[in-house]
Amino acid sequence: MVAAEPQARPLLEVRDLAIRYGDTLALSGVTLEVQKHEIFGIIGPAGSGKTSFLRTLNRMDQFTPSMSVDGEIRFNGRDIRRWRNVYSLRRKIGVVFPLPVGLPLSVYDNVALSPRLGGIKKKADLDVIVERCLRRAALWDEVKDRLDSLGSLLSGGQQQRLTIARALSQGPELLLLDEFSIAVDPVTTMRIEDVLKELRQEITIVLVTNLVQQARRLADRTAFFLTGECVEIAETERMFTREVQDERTRDYVEGRFG
Amino acid sequence: MPQASPRGGDAIDRRNLDWYIDKGVQVLVFIGGVSGILFVISIFVFITKEGLGFLTEQFSIGEFFGSPRWAPTSSHNPTYGALALIAGTASVTGLAMVIAVPFSLGAAIFIGEFATGKPREYLKVLVELLAAIPSVVWGFIGLSIMNPLIIKLFNVPVGLNVLNSGFILGLMAAPIMTTIAEDALKAVPDTYREAAEALGATRWQVILRVVIPAAKPGLLAAVLLGVGRGFGETMAVLMASGHSINLPTSVFDSVRALTATIAAELGETAVGSDHYRALFTLGIFLFVVTFVINLTADLVVRGIRRK
Ligand SMILES: Nc1ncnc2c1ncn2[C@@H]1O[C@H](COP(=O)(O)OP(=O)(O)OP(=O)(O)O)[C@@H](O)[C@H]1O
Ligand SMILES: [Mg+2]
Repeated sequence: MVAAEPQARPLLEVRDLAIRYGDTLALSGVTLEVQKHEIFGIIGPAGSGKTSFLRTLNRMDQFTPSMSVDGEIRFNGRDIRRWRNVYSLRRKIGVVFPLPVGLPLSVYDNVALSPRLGGIKKKADLDVIVERCLRRAALWDEVKDRLDSLGSLLSGGQQQRLTIARALSQGPELLLLDEFSIAVDPVTTMRIEDVLKELRQEITIVLVTNLVQQARRLADRTAFFLTGECVEIAETERMFTREVQDERTRDYVEGRFG
Repeated sequence: MPQASPRGGDAIDRRNLDWYIDKGVQVLVFIGGVSGILFVISIFVFITKEGLGFLTEQFSIGEFFGSPRWAPTSSHNPTYGALALIAGTASVTGLAMVIAVPFSLGAAIFIGEFATGKPREYLKVLVELLAAIPSVVWGFIGLSIMNPLIIKLFNVPVGLNVLNSGFILGLMAAPIMTTIAEDALKAVPDTYREAAEALGATRWQVILRVVIPAAKPGLLAAVLLGVGRGFGETMAVLMASGHSINLPTSVFDSVRALTATIAAELGETAVGSDHYRALFTLGIFLFVVTFVINLTADLVVRGIRRK
């Protein structure tokens, strides 16, 4: 895997980020950049702040009243906290949650929801988008005959791919994936991983994963979070070749962690 | 070596106190459930028995549903036309729903989706307080506040009419409808809201496209419950509707409701007389209508679930 070519301007710039729940610090001192067309992995044990980090990237921290964020996050050079229409920011950033959330709509409507919100009304246009997104999420063949049945009735692995199709339907520049394979079988996981590798041509991906090997397979660079601290950021291969700067990273990567 | 006990079990497999408590509770719950069904059936049998004679002997379907003349006490020619009463109940309930549905759904959406923290708790308590106001008090409000208000505002001779009772009934039905609708909204998992907002949907879009469709069965149940409440309400309607037999042509006409007719007249009839039995026939009709409403609600809700 080759590291992404450094671009003039990173897609995402995070500086001195600190996240608190009430008075409790959940994550602090995170400074990192994500280049365009990069897959950026984040690994770390449970409770290290990975999900909290991801949620701040498209201002989903707003959903949790107790959550407060300090520091600076720039998306395409713009400070996301000064974004005047948060909904337009979110439309550029797709999210896939750990547990699949098939909305209680038909398979078709699940994928068509975001384009419709974006103002696309013509059935023909929607058809094209729905098929393209479902194909890219490696789900089309399984659901093409049941587009009208409820999305929440698909199997867990299918729903997760439906979620990915839905995230792609908004035409995002950045895709955030939070432990997407937690409820998915290994075969489907590999299929989704192939999809992600292809997507890399078009979009940028931040991939939180609890599978160290998944980061190794996919990520160009990887950050290691540990109890609210960003311990290390390195090209992923380096993490696995003992060229690490921090002992703790090696311990975690090699599975020698408490 | 397991010890055989007199009850037939042994040291490992023995029916202990918990087992007997469990069985006892099962029996109690069963009795409770069955007696509920028995009550309903016996009420139906009672009403039918009292009203059926009238249905089969003097009752003409054409007259009952077709004639607006309800004059059971007329000495020379008593008539039993329920059309005006049905129209009275329907018009009052209809107006009540026109008022209560937007009010209660709006309130439920505000309480469930927008209000947070303290104001939300206060609002919920307030709504529950409103639901606790007895219907005779509502009737009183209709008589003493709404009546002069309507006369003054619209310059009409009488203020006890469809408008008055429909308004009162709408206010009465709204709190309970709000509570049920809000429960239905709350039952929609937050993950749906988050997923839709993450797609860039605004709060309103989330509510319209995701939350309301997901809560549809519950919202529908709330509305139908309100309709049932409207049909069955007696005292407030009796006091606020003017209680005069009319086929209403405008909201300023006084009307008489089915329930109010039964309540007002049953005490003054001789048991077993034609009038007495005619009132029971009205009762059967009310029962059937309410039953059909509830059944429809149930079927619709099931239908939506299956889909
Ligand atoms: N809503 C919340 N309120 C209070 N504290 C929270 C909340 N969400 C997370 N936290 C705390 O913030 C810290 C980081 O949690 P986070 O969910 O970001 O971890 P994570 O790295 O995603 O873990 P996992 O691998 O288990 O998903 C934890 O200590 C957690 O207890
Ligand atoms: Mg997490």
